[in-house]
Amino acid sequence: MWTRTNVLGLLAFVALEIAAPALPAWLVSLATIAFANALVVLGLVILWRAGLVPFGQALFYATGAYAVALLGRYTGIRDVFLLLAIAAVASGCVAFLVGFLLARYREIFFAMLSLALSMILYGVLVKTETLGSTDGFHVEAATFFGHTPQEGGRELAMFWLVVAISALAAFLVSLYFRTVAGALAVPVRDNEIRIEFLGLSVDRLIHFKLVLAGTLAGVGGALAAFSVGHVDPNMSYWTTSGGFVFVTILAGAGSVAAAFVASFLFELIRSIAVDILPGTWQIFLGSVLLLTILFLPEGLGSLATRFKRRGQAKAP
Amino acid sequence: MLLTAFAIFTDGLVYAAYLFVVAIGLTLIFGVMKILNVAHGSFYAFGAYGAAIAVGLYFNQGWPAAGGFLLMLLVAMVIGLVLGLIIERGLLRLVYGKDEIVVVLVTYAAFLILEDVIILLWGTNSYALYQPLVIGGNVEVSSLILSGYDIGLVVFAAALALLVTWALKRTRYGRLLTVVIFDRETAAAFGINVTVVYTVTFVLGAMLGALGGAVMAPKISVTLGIGVEVIVLAFAVVAIGGMGSIEGALVGALIVGLCRAAAVHLVPQLELFVIYVVMALVLVVRPYGLFTRAQPRKI
Repeated sequence: MWTRTNVLGLLAFVALEIAAPALPAWLVSLATIAFANALVVLGLVILWRAGLVPFGQALFYATGAYAVALLGRYTGIRDVFLLLAIAAVASGCVAFLVGFLLARYREIFFAMLSLALSMILYGVLVKTETLGSTDGFHVEAATFFGHTPQEGGRELAMFWLVVAISALAAFLVSLYFRTVAGALAVPVRDNEIRIEFLGLSVDRLIHFKLVLAGTLAGVGGALAAFSVGHVDPNMSYWTTSGGFVFVTILAGAGSVAAAFVASFLFELIRSIAVDILPGTWQIFLGSVLLLTILFLPEGLGSLATRFKRRGQAKAP
Repeated sequence: MLLTAFAIFTDGLVYAAYLFVVAIGLTLIFGVMKILNVAHGSFYAFGAYGAAIAVGLYFNQGWPAAGGFLLMLLVAMVIGLVLGLIIERGLLRLVYGKDEIVVVLVTYAAFLILEDVIILLWGTNSYALYQPLVIGGNVEVSSLILSGYDIGLVVFAAALALLVTWALKRTRYGRLLTVVIFDRETAAAFGINVTVVYTVTFVLGAMLGALGGAVMAPKISVTLGIGVEVIVLAFAVVAIGGMGSIEGALVGALIVGLCRAAAVHLVPQLELFVIYVVMALVLVVRPYGLFTRAQPRKI
């Protein structure tokens, strides 16, 4: 429970929550969206550990976002916690349903089938007028315990909420990695038959991971919808999924914290690159992805362990 | 009623021809190299831009029409050669032997970069290549107007299918390729230079991708983002048919083309996603596509 990583994580969490009012507004809003997206990435890390890369995680991201936006629009529900819970359940259910199909596939077929499923949602969203069509629609301002924050306070409240949920999710996921099911991810990647000989069902393991990842993506999407204040079909387009995969590769499968660092870096790089190279920032993005794969194949998370190993190596 | 059925058939056939030309390069590369090449969308886009600009210039000179169509082919081949060599020799060579999914990500990175290279080379304007459509003219079949260029496209796709099948089954290089597709290591053990086969295949696949763009240039508005759409479509076609199978690409293209045309004419709301529904349905029944060899489970 009180491992060094957990304590460091807790300290980082407290520091972020306290420092928030002192941070510049642009940084707060950038970090809010980065951490919301980091939840999606966290889900992808769960799958990536088992060697699975879904190119359609935006399916769950958009499900969460649209669940929040639609409920806010057509019902009177405004409470942020209730909406988040509903978004989590909705995307978890979608993941559970498509899981029956997806869990049978691996590698490229898994990636492509998940891509196809997310494109079906994209098609539905674009073609349906009541769902806002291509323009999407506005997300009603959420209330916190029946209290609506003022203009400036809204961003701060969202930031606090996102950081708190991120910390909770990070803690729960790191617990999951230590359970038997979580620890079996790498063996799934290496050799499935061995796991079946242990008497476990690989499909069921993967199905469970899919539901976890889908739920996380849904919560991330819901938080993104709140903080941006708008949803549109692009949230379900495959390039959005591609962006999440990008951050997952940057983060690597080794560490939970790396997902947040990488997601923050990604948003930072993107906002800087869009400023410096408007219109051509994808060159930059692609190059970073290439360099990561070639020179840091285990992602940013491996940097920390690399230093640790170097320290240990000194002792004879 | 009969007219609608006929319209669905012809539209579907034209769309299938286009899908086939795009998908065949993708499936060829996958079959031989086991690489799902996301950058294929960029090859398509480069082909479309190259053809729209070069062939447009050619026709503006008022030179004979046949040369314009030849130029289309030539542009696609040059683009495929250059891009294919750069990506295979410069990039993919570094990651052979890594996880399939990692290689997909490398091609995804290449795709991101190439998308912006398009902006740098040709700006954000859109180009239109209308002359081939004018030259092709129209044919009227019982009150249904068909474009001559569309008919040519279907004939071209059919010829391409025959040519590729013939080349794979009857030529020396094609047979070597079949061996590599079947088992790379055994092929290498029997003295086939797999490295060269890889490079040649990738360049051929890139040429086919660029060719898809070039022949489609007259039918679309050549603008930013055309590669993004085409790559997902080509994936769907190839997944339905079975990755790496030429017959599969043909059947997949026909299925997708006809289904989409049916959707456009009967239930327009479904147009955007009917393809993916078909793909999901096919994969439920045949998890690895319609035309795939059974794979042994490795322990």
